[in-house]
Amino acid sequence: MEAYISLAVKAIFVENMALAFFLGMCTFLAISKKVQTSLGLGIAVVVVLAITTPVNNLIYNLLLREGALAWAGYPEVDLSFLGYISYIGVIAAMVQILEMFLDKYVPALYNSLGVFLPLITVNCAIMGAALFMVERDYNFGESVVYGVSAGIGWALAITALAGIREKLKYSDVPEGLRGLGITFITVGLMSLGFMSFSGVSL
Amino acid sequence: MSQAKEVLSNPVFKNNPIGLQILGVCSALAVTSNLNTAMVMTMAVIAVTAFSNLFVSIIRNHIPGNVRIICQMTIIASLVIVVDQILKAFAYDVSKQLSVFVGLIITNCIVMGRAEAFAMKNPPGISFMDGIGNGLGYGVVLIFVGFLRELFGAGKLFGYEVLPLINDGGWYMGNGLMLLPPSAFFIIGMFIWLVRTFHKDQVEAPDFELAKNTKKEAV
Repeated sequence: MEAYISLAVKAIFVENMALAFFLGMCTFLAISKKVQTSLGLGIAVVVVLAITTPVNNLIYNLLLREGALAWAGYPEVDLSFLGYISYIGVIAAMVQILEMFLDKYVPALYNSLGVFLPLITVNCAIMGAALFMVERDYNFGESVVYGVSAGIGWALAITALAGIREKLKYSDVPEGLRGLGITFITVGLMSLGFMSFSGVSL
Repeated sequence: MSQAKEVLSNPVFKNNPIGLQILGVCSALAVTSNLNTAMVMTMAVIAVTAFSNLFVSIIRNHIPGNVRIICQMTIIASLVIVVDQILKAFAYDVSKQLSVFVGLIITNCIVMGRAEAFAMKNPPGISFMDGIGNGLGYGVVLIFVGFLRELFGAGKLFGYEVLPLINDGGWYMGNGLMLLPPSAFFIIGMFIWLVRTFHKDQVEAPDFELAKNTKKEAV
């Protein structure tokens, strides 16, 4: 249990997807003008991460890794080079299924998230979580915790940035820095702030 | 010919994918703490963008509209696998340093964006050029950031000493901030400022104009 809590804290604060690894930056910078929409996107990312990371973990451990196909009678086959294409396939398919499921059964949530769901397929944070999960050799339980908390960390970061940008639009920024430039510098400062969490371990 | 030249040179400064279109920022930040990785990453991205543009463009008339994203994704993912295997075979150390970021080229919006916006509408030759141009535009920013970070952070370029550090008996006090991730944000912010100072048309319109009478008096 303790190991899981420690992993969660690490994934949310110390190794924050957006501010320590810069994953999902494109959407992070583009859709952070309003707190409301960023919160919606953040929740969508948490949901997708919570589903895709464990599924990818199962695929890697049961089909792709060296010796994983022993149950089918091919103990020496190593398919790990097919990893990238399977993960992205799983992510794209999951997002599509989630979209159809929400449309049918939870239309209220679908309407609030609808616009962002297709965008999530190309969000590097989702793919990044799958790749980190493989690189660090997480087991199934760890991958569930890691997926959820990496998503929470990302959602936290984008909501905080949106809060800052809502205030920022009333300030008089030098011409060339307006919009994108000042956002980059703001994110840099936020990332410096989040660095103070490094060294925290449970 | 002139069209090819324009397609090749436009994305580098005028229409830079990172500076103007906010595409592919993710990997631009994480791999720039030294020039070596920045260089390898640039070449990988140029190769993937150029060839994905080429292949998408070749089959563009045969892809049904509603499954095009999956088709593009499959082409891109296969190309990235090839690049990854080549790196692992011939530059193992660098591929270890780049860790997951090679895989993340798949979700790099530049590749997807160019395939969708350019290659789906243009013939193969010019699409290939466009891919190289956009890869170069990405590379310029990456190398600029990597150059500054390695030079001022570690006093080195490509691992060779340029500014001797105090620790090694030299005179230069290394700037530790440059080696930390946040510095990449500051440098890219400044880079955007620099580019927009020369290309005024890229300046974004403010959300709110300051009222005339609140302007500061000259002091």
